[in-house]
Amino acid sequence: MVHDIADSWMDAAVSTGTTIMAVEFDGGVVIGADSRTSIGTYVANRVTDKLTRITDKIYCCRSGSAADTQAIADIVSYSLYYHENQTNEEPLVSEAASEFRNYCYNYRDSLLAGIIVAGWDKKLGGQVYSVPLGGMLIRQPYTIGGSGSSFIYAFAQENFRKGMTRDECVEFVKKAVHHAMYFDGSSGGVCRIGVITETGIDRDIFFATESKASKDQGN
Amino acid sequence: MSSIGTGYDLSASQFSPDGRVFQIDYASKAVEKSGTVIALRGKDGVVLAVEKIVTSKLYEDDAATRVFTVDKNIGIAIAGLHADGRYIVDIARQEAQNYRSQWNANLDFEKGDRTIPLKILVERVSAYIHAYTLYSAVRPFGVTVIIASWNQEDGPQLYKIEPSGTYFGYLACASGKAKQQAKTEMEKLKLGDMTTEEIVKNAGKIIYQVHDELKDKDFRLELSIVGKETNGLYQMNPEKWLNMASEAGQAAKMDDDSDNDI
Repeated sequence: MVHDIADSWMDAAVSTGTTIMAVEFDGGVVIGADSRTSIGTYVANRVTDKLTRITDKIYCCRSGSAADTQAIADIVSYSLYYHENQTNEEPLVSEAASEFRNYCYNYRDSLLAGIIVAGWDKKLGGQVYSVPLGGMLIRQPYTIGGSGSSFIYAFAQENFRKGMTRDECVEFVKKAVHHAMYFDGSSGGVCRIGVITETGIDRDIFFATESKASKDQGN
Repeated sequence: MSSIGTGYDLSASQFSPDGRVFQIDYASKAVEKSGTVIALRGKDGVVLAVEKIVTSKLYEDDAATRVFTVDKNIGIAIAGLHADGRYIVDIARQEAQNYRSQWNANLDFEKGDRTIPLKILVERVSAYIHAYTLYSAVRPFGVTVIIASWNQEDGPQLYKIEPSGTYFGYLACASGKAKQQAKTEMEKLKLGDMTTEEIVKNAGKIIYQVHDELKDKDFRLELSIVGKETNGLYQMNPEKWLNMASEAGQAAKMDDDSDNDI
């Protein structure tokens, strides 16, 4: 029946079947994500930005329900801005991560959200925190998330080294996300990368079909 | 008193024609009857000292204490109604714990996590105290609250909150019976850049000096410190510093007494 076919995707939630990733380096963090948002098998947006601003120097990578993660990011952003004005100090990455944890844990039964919190603060420099499905909170030197991450666990473990430079980290994230986009049906589009340091974020886009070299040459 | 019989002192929610809220004045009066409480801020620490008047020999030594811990690096001294003070301390403790559970990632306390900034704690506690000056169904708290802390980033900090809810940051402050006398002594000191040893000794001296032997027979010195010397931990009645303070206090008292003999 026509209705049966229609129902299968009409009932599906808008979710970021996703690949997200973050890596610490000396002086900052590199964050990366694919750009696909899907409703079931339908690609609702092929150029999504899953690297979401919390403060100028703290970002999160969103995976899971688009609605849930956008809402949480908005609430945490508001509460950190309030906190910044109350303390007269730039928020710490750990404070942002803690606030994400609070919401993800307290509403764990009604949320579908897997979030990576990453950024720079003057106390500890670049930091990566992972807040997975149940609302756990853990700091890691690098972390991967989203459906696409299953395909690159081995790649990431083999290729991660402590003390990589900023450029090495960008290369690592780019390769990993591209691999994940290739193998994961619900990840795809372009690879967005952000580098957060003391001065804020530098953004970049890497298309799946071309190398950075050809893009730099203007092709 | 001018307020008596006018009817303007029956509730905290009504001004008198000349712009006072008598219930707040009465709360301040309750504080003036309290044993003296002082605090001194040094170069890298704060000391709180209390003249705890012993009203009965039947009490245990540590009964009716006026210094309290709020968090690992935050302490409070209370002048005024003891029961009101303990309630305010509980509010402060709740605020400190709420801050911790909201903002601390609870990984490594050395790394990123912090206790509530004193400025924020004071804002919240004072807002609470102020709220009790606004409604007819409640009375203001009969206490002044002295709050102290130290941490590496902000250094030593000291605030005092009045029954009205107003607060200020201080280099040194006093409350209770001999507030004026204590303040006169404090103004003689080079406040703000004394060592912890100096502020502890001076605190001991002041408490012994301002104690009125004729009106109040017995008293016990309570003293707590927080600073670099205590590794950023708030400590109540630490033996070493307490002895140092009481010895300095007793020596000063002897000096004063022998002066009078001449």
